[in-house]
Amino acid sequence: MAIHARNINKRFGPFVALKDVNLEVQSGELVALLGPSGSGKTTLLRIIAGLEFADSGTVYLDGDPMHDKDVRDRGVGFVFQHYALFKHMTVFQNVAFGLRVRPKDTRPSEEEIRDRVMKLLQLVHLDAFHNRYPQQLSGGQRQRVALARALAVEPKVLLLDEPFGALDAKIRKELRRWMRRLHDDMHITSLFVTHDQEEAMEVSDRVVVMSHGRIEQTGTPAEVWKQPKNAFVYDFLGNYNEFDGWKDSHGTVHLAETDIIEIPLPPDGKKTAGWLGRYPEFSSLVGRVLPGLIESTAPILPMQKKTVRKPTSGTPVKIYARPHEMWITKTPDKDHEYIAAKVVHINPAGSLIKLELERAGGQFLQVEVPQSVMDTCAIVKGDTLYVRPTETRVF
Amino acid sequence: MPQPLRPLQESPVLRFALVGIALTFLGVVVGLPVVAVFVEALRKGFSAYAEGIMDPYALSAIRLTLLVAAIAVPFNLMFGVAASWAITKFDFWGKRFLTTLIDLPFSVSPVISGMIYVLLFGVHSALGAWLMDNGVEILFAVPGLVIATIFVTFPFVARELIPLMEEQGTEEEEAALLLGASGWQTFFSVTLPNIKWGLLYGVLLCNARAMGEFGAVSVVSGHIKGETNTIPLHVEILYNEYNFVAAFAVASLLTLLALVTLILKRIIEARTAHH
Repeated sequence: MAIHARNINKRFGPFVALKDVNLEVQSGELVALLGPSGSGKTTLLRIIAGLEFADSGTVYLDGDPMHDKDVRDRGVGFVFQHYALFKHMTVFQNVAFGLRVRPKDTRPSEEEIRDRVMKLLQLVHLDAFHNRYPQQLSGGQRQRVALARALAVEPKVLLLDEPFGALDAKIRKELRRWMRRLHDDMHITSLFVTHDQEEAMEVSDRVVVMSHGRIEQTGTPAEVWKQPKNAFVYDFLGNYNEFDGWKDSHGTVHLAETDIIEIPLPPDGKKTAGWLGRYPEFSSLVGRVLPGLIESTAPILPMQKKTVRKPTSGTPVKIYARPHEMWITKTPDKDHEYIAAKVVHINPAGSLIKLELERAGGQFLQVEVPQSVMDTCAIVKGDTLYVRPTETRVF
Repeated sequence: MPQPLRPLQESPVLRFALVGIALTFLGVVVGLPVVAVFVEALRKGFSAYAEGIMDPYALSAIRLTLLVAAIAVPFNLMFGVAASWAITKFDFWGKRFLTTLIDLPFSVSPVISGMIYVLLFGVHSALGAWLMDNGVEILFAVPGLVIATIFVTFPFVARELIPLMEEQGTEEEEAALLLGASGWQTFFSVTLPNIKWGLLYGVLLCNARAMGEFGAVSVVSGHIKGETNTIPLHVEILYNEYNFVAAFAVASLLTLLALVTLILKRIIEARTAHH
């Protein structure tokens, strides 16, 4: 069942929680509402559920306007961040609750309830725990009970409010993978709120990025990651480096950095030094192994100081680049402009090595490189590296 | 070698002194009077004690006290639950005012609250005159006693439940509504089980106060023997008549009530500590 929210506005006193929000979730989709706290994502979810009322605008479920429909009649399953299980009921009673409170004419028989509840508990791998009380379960188990309870009433839409927010990192990963699989099996239209961009990217078909009560961008995970619409989306989805730059009349972007960098002068006269001269480490290594070969070509490179000028024409812009979109070298060539920065920290955990660099002006750069680059360049803490963005973004 | 002191631990002398002072003080101020009540009540033997209690006026006072409590406590139970439910689960205009109003009986002397009802229902007020013309007796009759008792005891249940329900929040209720439960179903199957111990605790304190209330009841009662005397009022009359054995015998009933209340209170506290 599709969800449409049209022109939703909501204020809490002077605070504008939602400003003219339009949201569309297609039938069977799994959509993430992603944003920092205070961006209005939970408020939007609660308005769709009927737990909160919009000041203006309408929510449609399957084309039906919901403004005069009670929470109970919306056919919405809801999962809370802190589970909201009924503490004094067993797991079984919790899941059965939605069936048992039905009026007599639509209520299934006790036997049917039993069957359905046990089936759901099997689905969430908790059938062995049906007699336990919520406080005897771990956080991950409780959230699975909450999910089974929401599914028991066969909702047409499943809404999840930071469903993994209260769990620790490992359980969270496990549970979201499991939720993805569950969604693939059941194809129930699902909308979930999260502030964790990785979670949104990993689980959802589409991501809706929100900030300050507005939707900034909607798209598949690949779309919002590769083509962020604005600086906020770009910023929220990951770490980045920021540079001053300028745009010329052709629309080409240039770095406008004032750092003083040293570039080795190409040694003239000696042909062989051309390519080898760019790699002093390599040539000194060759020199040690094969002294004869290198003797004539070993370059002693004079260094030249170069100051990059600020632009005199064009529009000033900010240039952004992700940490993995940075090129580093110890021996810069003259075809590119580089920024000199000192290695202040090396974090070796993960598939990429994370370097923290400090520029002459005191600004920090974040760079992620594969281990092989670390090895070939022989980078250690305290080294001065020459850095340039390989891919840049301007908003 | 002297043992080094652990942090937050005073010397043994000081500890014994502090504990000794506290126990002595409690013994003199609380323990002795409780013992004294029973000693005085049984001074002339058990038959005199029984006689004091079985006296027709005493029996009527006991009956009246039970009647007043039987009306006032359920009323305050309902009022307390309704008020706490409204205050903690909903936002509405005048919420703060209602919260303040609930505390009023605690901040006003019971005698004053009795006086207010005398002014309100007395013959000199318009309402009182109208009631008299229509043959409705409130002052110096059971309705007056009930109203005064309700007024003095209404904060107990609400005061107990508001913080509890505030702490529990509204998520479980929201979950129940989303699962299709009606308001009543939500209240009886979700809210009530969550507050039952707090509610029992409040009811217990409310009952103890309803049976023991003196000030407000004294003003509206008129002290008609066998008709509008509750246990505390009856004790005062017996005492003023120098009938000490009977006075203490009847008083011992209230003391027993207090002791039972304390024991139940401890049991409830022990139960709720688990949750």
